[in-house]
Amino acid sequence: MAQIADTPRGNPALRRRARRQTTLQALPWLAPALILIIGVVLFPIGYMIYTSFRDLSQFGKDRGWAGLENYERVFGLDQLPRVATNTVFWVVGVVALSIGLGLVLAQFLNKRFPGRKVLRMIIIVPWAASVVMTSTVFVYGLDPFYGIINHFLVDVGILDVPFGFLKNPLPGFLAAMFVAVFVSVPFTTFVFLAGLQTVPQDVLEAAQIDGANRVQTYWRVVFPYLRGALVVATIINVINVFNNLPILKTMTGAIPGYDADTTTSLMFKIIQNDRQIDTASALSVVNFVVVVVVIGIYLRVVRPMRED
Amino acid sequence: MSTVIERPAATAEVPATRPKVREKKRWGLTITGVVVALVFLFPYVIMLIGAFKTRREILKVPPTYLPQDWAPENFVNMWGTPETPLPWNLFSTIVISLGGTALALLAALPAAYYTARHNFRLKVPFLLLVLITQMLQPTVLASGLFREFVTLEINDTRLAMILVNAAFNLSFAVWIMHSFFASVPKEIEEAAWLDGCSRGQSLRRIMLPLVWPGIVTAVIFTFIACWNEFAASLILLPTDTNQPLTVALTRFIGQYESAWQYVFAVSIIGILPVVALFALIEKHLVSGLTAGGVK
Repeated sequence: MAQIADTPRGNPALRRRARRQTTLQALPWLAPALILIIGVVLFPIGYMIYTSFRDLSQFGKDRGWAGLENYERVFGLDQLPRVATNTVFWVVGVVALSIGLGLVLAQFLNKRFPGRKVLRMIIIVPWAASVVMTSTVFVYGLDPFYGIINHFLVDVGILDVPFGFLKNPLPGFLAAMFVAVFVSVPFTTFVFLAGLQTVPQDVLEAAQIDGANRVQTYWRVVFPYLRGALVVATIINVINVFNNLPILKTMTGAIPGYDADTTTSLMFKIIQNDRQIDTASALSVVNFVVVVVVIGIYLRVVRPMRED
Repeated sequence: MSTVIERPAATAEVPATRPKVREKKRWGLTITGVVVALVFLFPYVIMLIGAFKTRREILKVPPTYLPQDWAPENFVNMWGTPETPLPWNLFSTIVISLGGTALALLAALPAAYYTARHNFRLKVPFLLLVLITQMLQPTVLASGLFREFVTLEINDTRLAMILVNAAFNLSFAVWIMHSFFASVPKEIEEAAWLDGCSRGQSLRRIMLPLVWPGIVTAVIFTFIACWNEFAASLILLPTDTNQPLTVALTRFIGQYESAWQYVFAVSIIGILPVVALFALIEKHLVSGLTAGGVK
């Protein structure tokens, strides 16, 4: 702001030079961040795209140009239709459930009652804790023989006999979705709680005076204020859930085949089991395009830099 | 829809105008609250109890809810097992977390300060670039990172993971500190300059105390994110002594035999410090993670 005041107003050439100067002046301050972003984010993107057009041996030796072979291999995978369907199901299911539960929980935590502060701290735990560590508890707990969750479900009468949740693709995948929702709900809840603080108290009181019932008040008065929070929570969750590897790796990673995989865990299996960095790169580029589209939607809809 | 508010907003507070008289103790809600708390805590209760079971008991069919023999020695024995060199894994986690946090802070602090204080043509593109890195996670770039580190001959080193963690957590650190710096009125700083403070002095004596909560939040959040990182370490660190706790943990889980008591004892060690730190910064998390998109 002071910079604008310093700028010579009359002469456009002078103004341009002044602006170039401020950009140059900014450089030393931004350089460390820029070097990090270019070196560890932008360069690997380029290298990944380049690799996706190369032919690599299992030991990483570059054997030259491969054209579209890697992409043909990815799109020719027998398991791809199933994995793609899984991915859509995984992302839409987990995000929708997390948003729904987050909305309800935020509404609840926004009320005043004894112990509310403690409860907020408790809900943080699955958010703060390492996702692998949380997932392993479910791997153990859902074991059909010594699993304590299975045992509990039998004891309370929900199951007749222990069930091998993680032995087959479909129940394994659903159990993984449950854990993904479990670890996503806390963040989602806190975003909505922040959104609820933007609802003006007098508007709520006006709605009550006008005789709106609670359902009407929520959908007509409160919910519109949560639109921003809803968009942000949805998009950040979509990115996190789409990229999630720890849950699927620990919970369904041991199931043979690819029936419980998403495109992210498939990419990991191609690197780890098949050692095909070139094919994995082609698949990663496809995943990357998906992420870029989501980011584009985020920037279009949220416009995080609106103040400028 | 919301705009970016250039002020660290206290998300936890209830509007002060709310009349206190209407509030009566609502214990009915507390009962619901206890149920909610149990739902969110049960995996960690299983973890805690499991960490104190003997190997024989944790694999017992049918399982026991509470240990018949408490085995606190799990927390000692886990450090010397054939599955993984756990002291090295803890060392790796600490080195990677401290290094990643230091590097992220070093890069984010000047950028956050400058973008909050000055307008220049590339400011918005720069902040957008930073924001985009938050949405790109190392998993989606894993093969590119792997190839780059092999070329640079730092593949399978802790340095590689320090770089990855610093770069992918830069965004949160820049955004949260940017909003704190921007919340300090420029006049305060200018008054200090008029009183004869140098730029460095005004930064140290005037700005630093005011933006301290933002820096602490950035440091803690980055540290926790590095501490919990799993996917990139799994792909980039094949050597067991380099692996962090999150990856080492999975080595206790075998196809036929698993040492669950150690999995849980390690998890308890891994989770406790992180939850305590996380609780400290809860108030500022949302505004940093959503780049001000909500509040």
